Order: sequence, then C-alpha cells, then structure tokens
Amino acid sequence: MDITRRTFARGFAAGAALTLAGTAFGAEPAPAMRVIPSSGEKIPAMGLGSWITFNVGDDPALRDECADVIAAFFASGGRVIDSSPMYGSSQPVIGYGLKKLGLPQALFSAEKVWTSSVDGGRAQIEQTRNFWGVPRFDLLQVHNLVAWEAHLETLFAMKAQGQVRYVGITTSEGRRHDLFEEIMRTQPLDFVQLTYNPIDREAEERLLPLAAERGIAVIVNRPFQQGELTQRLAGETLPEWAAELAVTSWAQFILKFILAHPAVTVIIPATTRVDHVRENVAAASGPLPDKGLREKMAAHIQAL
Amino acid sequence: MSEWWTYRLGDFLLFSPRVYWRMFELHNAQFWPLHLLTLAAGLAIAWLALRQMRGAGSLAALILAALWILVGWSFLWDRYAAINWAIVYVAPAFGLEALLLAIAAARGGLVFDKRYLAAWTGLMVAAVGLILYPLLPFLFARPWTTAEVFGIAPDPTAVATLGMVLTASGRFALLLVPIPLAWLLLSGLTLNTMDDPQSWIPLLTAAATVTGLAVRLGRGLPATRARSGRRRR
Repeated sequence: MDITRRTFARGFAAGAALTLAGTAFGAEPAPAMRVIPSSGEKIPAMGLGSWITFNVGDDPALRDECADVIAAFFASGGRVIDSSPMYGSSQPVIGYGLKKLGLPQALFSAEKVWTSSVDGGRAQIEQTRNFWGVPRFDLLQVHNLVAWEAHLETLFAMKAQGQVRYVGITTSEGRRHDLFEEIMRTQPLDFVQLTYNPIDREAEERLLPLAAERGIAVIVNRPFQQGELTQRLAGETLPEWAAELAVTSWAQFILKFILAHPAVTVIIPATTRVDHVRENVAAASGPLPDKGLREKMAAHIQAL
Repeated sequence: MSEWWTYRLGDFLLFSPRVYWRMFELHNAQFWPLHLLTLAAGLAIAWLALRQMRGAGSLAALILAALWILVGWSFLWDRYAAINWAIVYVAPAFGLEALLLAIAAARGGLVFDKRYLAAWTGLMVAAVGLILYPLLPFLFARPWTTAEVFGIAPDPTAVATLGMVLTASGRFALLLVPIPLAWLLLSGLTLNTMDDPQSWIPLLTAAATVTGLAVRLGRGLPATRARSGRRRR
C-alpha cells in the first residue's frame, strides 16, 4: 500500500487531537484513537493480547498479577482485550481481572471461536462469555479460519440478533493468506486480525491494502514475534534518530512502526508486567513515523 | 491443520516457563507430605527388584498402578490441563498405564530379573527417577519448592517406571513401555521448547530405555517371556 501524506494525516487526526487534549490537562497522554470503518466507532489504538501471558491456570498469585496488568491497561486508557479458547486458562483469568475491576464499562471485548465442530460454535462462545462475565462480546472472530464458513454464518446471525457487535477472522504468522484474502473480498467483515511487525511484513503486500479498500478494521497480533524480537534487540541501543519519535524502548519503537501503517486499527501486545503495559499504551500517543522513517526503522532492525 | 509445515514446536507452547514451574510449587504445597510416602514406595520397589523376591513384580506393579492413577488425576487432569488443553487427551493414557500395570500385577506378568545388563541399566534409570529428579532444582538453579518427586510428578514417575520395567521380564514388560516413553518424549520436547536445560534428562532417559530394550531383544533375552516367582538356577 502506498502511504500518501494525506492518508497518513487523516489516519492520525483523531489520535493527535486526543493526545493533545490529554497533555493539556496534565494527565498521562491518552492513546491515539482509531476508527472502526464499518461503524465509525473510535477505539484506542493499543489493545491487550493474552496469548501465553494470561494462561496462568489456578495460580492465585499469578492471577492477581494478571489482574494488575488489566487494571493498569484500563488506567492508561486502553479498552480492547483479545483472547481465544485456544489460550488455555486465559479466558477465566481475564474474567477474574475484570470482576476485580467491577467489569469496566470501557471494555471492548474481542474473542474468538475455535472449534472444528460446526455445531459447537455457539456452545463454545457461550462458555467463553461465562468465563469473561460479560453480557455479550463486542467482537467475535473465527480463529485461524477453523471451520470458517460455518462459524461465520453463526457469527453473522448473532450480529443480526444483536448478540455481538462486530465479526472478524484471524490468522497469525502469515498463514493461509490466500484464503484469508478471499474471505476478506467476499464476506462483510468488520475486523481482520493478522501478524505484522518490522520483520514480518507480508501483510503489507495484499491484506493491509485490501482492508483499507474494503473498510475492514485491522487488529495486529504478535508485534514482538512472541517476545523473540524484543529479546534479540535487548542488547542493542536505540538509534539517536529515534528520539524524534519520543520512544524509550525497542518495544515502543516497534509499536510505533506498526501503528504508523494507516490500515492498522489496533495492536494487541501481550505482557505480564504492569510497567510494560503502560509503556505499550504510551507508544500509541505522541509522534508517529512517516513512510520514509518507517522504512528506515525496519531497515535498522533488520540490520541488527 | 493446514500449512502444518509452517508451525514450530514453540507455536504449541501455551504457557511460560514461569507458569510451568509455579505449577510444581503449588502441586508440592498441596500434597506435602505425601511425597515421603511415594518416595518410600519407590525405594521399596527398587529394593524388591534387587531382592527378586516371590511376587515382588506383582507388588511393584500394583504400587506403580496406584501412583500412575494419582499422578494422572491430580497433576495432569486437575492441574496441568488448566494451562495446556492438550493434556485432557493425554491424562487418560496415564489411566491406561495404570490399568496395564494392574493387569500385570494380577496376572504375574512382571518378574524382576537382574541377570542381564539391561536390568542394571534399568536400576540406574530408576535411580534417576527416584533420587536425581528431586535434586534437579539444585542443579538447575530453581527454587527447591519446584522439585519433581516420584509418585507426585509425572516425569520421575515415568522414568522410575521405565527403569523398573527394564529390570523385569515377563509378557507384560513390553506393553508397559510405550506410555511412559511417549510421556518422556512429550515432556522433553516441552522443556526443550522452553529452552530448559533439564529437557535432556527425560530425552536421555527415554533413549537409555530404548537402547536397553533393544539390547535385550537383540540378544533374544526374555523381555516378553512369562515367568513366575524367583528365577530358577
């Protein structure tokens, strides 16, 4: 996708306004907001993933740590939390954290259906809803395109009945992009979720431009390659020119690279640490790189 | 699963190393001091194997059956499955192993026989499960509260079971190998995916068991022939 100066400016207008407003009142800068094309609703551009990090089983101490992360996420201005039945105990752990907070009204709940059973979708969604303790989900996605035709039919029916607000599909690590593209072209999707970061840029070729063209919101998963990317960069110093982006860590550097793509709506980094969740949300405020600087960022990371 | 070749082992790891080892801490805290009893039972089985007393194989198999049920239910089904949904499908295999051990006990299908090198290899393997495993936290700089103890945690239980089976002959001996062997491979790969240096212990133990069995079978020694009571001279 060719990122023109105009699309770049339009994409970040809302976020910039909100950031300035937050700063003016002396509070923590609020995360930039992005528009869901199918509805016009605005949501914060930084979400919270739960892959591995929230799968802590029945461990009471680790459950409380996860609840602290969720609390810090909302306190920083975050709203979108994403999970899946595939993620072990992550769903009940999220439910535990939300219950401790009294089910924050700001929550934008994003879940998935993940079963090869064509008839088992609704039952799984209901179980998931009970885990979260929410009246309904904001977004339901077909996880990794498993039994996608049947599940999309179920999800669109649920949307028509007001049982879910948005419908989407997911993939990760660049898998099944051909089928993913076909579904994006033929189905009235509100959201797609895919992997995108300075190393894994395959989505730039077809999926991100198609999402922009079709008015589909994009959730980006695995921004840090499950931590491998940030671990690899841990011993490296940020380049001096990164100062113009007001970043303090490689994580923020990567998140700003992703967020600066105009087709991206929300990133969902996962973490077990309160300081990291604050740092991630903070990356969604302040300056973002233009096209030239993005290329420089990607080239710099790939060279390290 | 399509495009299965694009998946790495790491893609199937649903939890962090921290959560994995915390699981053992919580499990140990819940079951202490049962560890003393299970460890004593394990040492008793090893003693029975060394003494080759009449009915020792059946008694050992019965004790092992009870411990496989305990580990399969309390650790795999009740705890591990909470962070790894695939364990729901693995836990019944522990029940099946317990059933096989119980049948072996009832039918006298397991007889200790220490005449052969494989049997002594088996006793060393059993020692790894009984003695080395609880000490691993000290070797790998983990809290001692994460210790894996025979009869409480799956790896030392599987290791010691394989050791005992290697020490025995009888028509059930070979039937008792696949499940603990498969578990050790699964556990070793899980630990390896977590970059845990301990991963080599279950994998090497599995390799030692297979080698021991291969040597025994290659020499036409009685890995499968039924025997009863103390061997005749």
